[in-house]
Amino acid sequence: MSTQDYGVTEPVFTPKPDLPPPASTVGVIGWVRNNLVPDWFNGAMTVVALLALYMVIPPIVNWALFDAHFVGDSRKACKPNVQIVRDKVATKGIMPDGTTLDVETTADRIVVPEGVIPNVRWERKMVEGVVRAKGREYAKVVVEKDVIIEGACWVFVGVRFDQFIYGFYPKEERWRPTVVIGIGLLLIIYMLTDGMPHRGRVAMFLLIPFPVIAFFMFSGGVLGMPHVDNAKWGGLVLTIIISSVAITGALPLGVALALGRRSQMPIIRWFCVLVIEFFRSVPMITILFMALVVLPLFLPPGTTFDQLLRVLIGVTIFIAAYTAEVVRGGLQALPKGQYEAADALGLGYWKMMRLIILPQALRIMIPAIVSLFIGIFKDTTLVQIVGLNDLLTMVQLAVTDAQWIGLSKEGYFFCGFVFFVFCFSMSRYSMYLERKLHTGH
Amino acid sequence: MSATDTDIDVDVDQSRMKISDEIAIQITGMHKWYGSFHVLKDINLTVNQGERIVVCGPSGSGKSTLIRCINRLEEHQQGQILVDNVELTNDLKNIDTVRREVGMVFQHFNLFPHLTVLENCTLAPIWVRKMPKAEAEEIGMRFLETVRIPEQADKFPGQLSGGQQQRVAIARSLCMNPRIMLFDEPTSALDPEMIKEVLEVMIHLAEEGMTMICVTHEMGFARKVANRVIFMDAGEIVEQNEPEEFFNNPKSDRTQLFLSQILSH
Ligand SMILES: Nc1ncnc2c1ncn2[C@@H]1O[C@H](COP(=O)(O)OP(=O)(O)O)[C@@H](O)[C@H]1O
Ligand SMILES: [Mg+2]
Repeated sequence: MSTQDYGVTEPVFTPKPDLPPPASTVGVIGWVRNNLVPDWFNGAMTVVALLALYMVIPPIVNWALFDAHFVGDSRKACKPNVQIVRDKVATKGIMPDGTTLDVETTADRIVVPEGVIPNVRWERKMVEGVVRAKGREYAKVVVEKDVIIEGACWVFVGVRFDQFIYGFYPKEERWRPTVVIGIGLLLIIYMLTDGMPHRGRVAMFLLIPFPVIAFFMFSGGVLGMPHVDNAKWGGLVLTIIISSVAITGALPLGVALALGRRSQMPIIRWFCVLVIEFFRSVPMITILFMALVVLPLFLPPGTTFDQLLRVLIGVTIFIAAYTAEVVRGGLQALPKGQYEAADALGLGYWKMMRLIILPQALRIMIPAIVSLFIGIFKDTTLVQIVGLNDLLTMVQLAVTDAQWIGLSKEGYFFCGFVFFVFCFSMSRYSMYLERKLHTGH
Repeated sequence: MSATDTDIDVDVDQSRMKISDEIAIQITGMHKWYGSFHVLKDINLTVNQGERIVVCGPSGSGKSTLIRCINRLEEHQQGQILVDNVELTNDLKNIDTVRREVGMVFQHFNLFPHLTVLENCTLAPIWVRKMPKAEAEEIGMRFLETVRIPEQADKFPGQLSGGQQQRVAIARSLCMNPRIMLFDEPTSALDPEMIKEVLEVMIHLAEEGMTMICVTHEMGFARKVANRVIFMDAGEIVEQNEPEEFFNNPKSDRTQLFLSQILSH
């Protein structure tokens, strides 16, 4: 557009300069303002939350770390090697009428014997008490007391650690589960790392040959490795075995059930609906009992059918039913056009599913599937009901051991910590994936 | 109803587009129902090899349903459809044969978003035609050149504009070397400036002698490229004629009404 044609001069367009946003909306101050004290109510909530944290966190950290006992091999290592001495102390008592009176009380005092480094911390506390005589309150007194602050006795967990991890797996053979789980973990990390070559092949290896190799490593009886009966498998290793078998088995089975539920063939569809709905409407404990009690009824009499195997089958189908519903959701989320385009190219059902539909559907479903898996990992603790010795069972056995009585806090804390580490990493991974799916393609 | 009349400033030489005597598609006495809804009524249509047919009509008149019956994305309940002398029945083998011969382009492209542009093109040749990967890629690149976007081969569909995506979709169909191409409103999801680039590719195809059935309201395209325009309303083929006659002398009053509505824009 030329200005000359009109004989007028258009003002020259100059864009306004870019200004930085107001300081109160960015940086630390902006963040605090926006997130912690956007208004008086949220500000008050922030204060309450900080107070609660202040009340909860320091005692836990003190107990678990600073006052805790780490070295040693018996319960003695956690006993404070100090003496409690009672001193006679003259104190003032307060009479009901408000007048004072001298009384003699005792105070507890902790004494560290000479030449001993105390592994104990104590606090001087003033404890209020009353002096009673002939059934009536005579005077109020304040008594001084030194109170030992108890720390966690991690010596207990240290001594029992191997059992927590391996159950009753024989000592000399424990390298076998260690190797299998170590390699498995490395392969999983490799498979989940972006940009590594041959990730698909590693996944296939993990899915098919690896479980077989793992089984022979655990069970032995081949290549000169002594046989270890699976009644001896236990601890964290068993927890990992059950959850990873359930996960690797449930994924393909769940996909199959989901596809079956959408099948055109009524028999297949009904069968899949029946399996999915049945297993979803029964609690896992019931499934475990059924695997134990009901399953043998369907088998020819006299067949011995491994306990662990029965539990694995039950849990796998249970999880597969849930997976199937997640997969079905993923399949429904795909636009119809994807099916039509694949049909129009003549791909046929199986190739369409394998190349077009499932890769996209599984991608959408990963976060949901991961949270399902987190659920299974925790639910494996239920197997103690049918007599398997998973991590939690091993911990419970240990805390009821007469030698270590009273140390259940440490045991459960450790157990919870292990579960937390596993579940939290899965959850973080799924959040990472979710972010990636949002930004990528 | 919005009909656009995009200027197509390419010379279209209809004399180069040979129509052979060979019959590509023959539909006789075909009916289709969705449940109890009678969506297609007594369709009779013969398409020869090399014909370019434009199908138009009001929304909901059954245009999409008709062309989707031709590659069996929809099933008809009565009458007969022959594609290259293969009858479409429940016989899966026949359906496969027909789908290999017939390419389809959709309104919303329906590219596979998890595959690159080139992978979109090579997927069917590799998995359906069992072609070696290298050969499929060579063919894929050739057709990406035909639709003029070879430089986008390694991108993902989501990174392309609508016009580019639709051209990829056309290339993807061409890689299967179809004898017939079906287009279901290929430009109606596109911005005006992209419509042209897609129409140009379609004209190029027509000049190469491709048999085409095209549901579109691009009347400029119909005039220049089609040798026959079909008007559908309420599940029936109401009128069909050469483009000149069809636009200038519509016979039925329904056609006249339709044309007056869409051309008044
Ligand atoms: N899957 C379906 N189920 C039921 N009715 C449908 C289905 N698809 C289309 N229809 C109906 O069939 C009629 C014709 O649809 P369509 O062929 O898409 O029309 P057009 O492409 O001419 O706009 C419309 O009334 C539409 O609502
Ligand atoms: Mg339509």
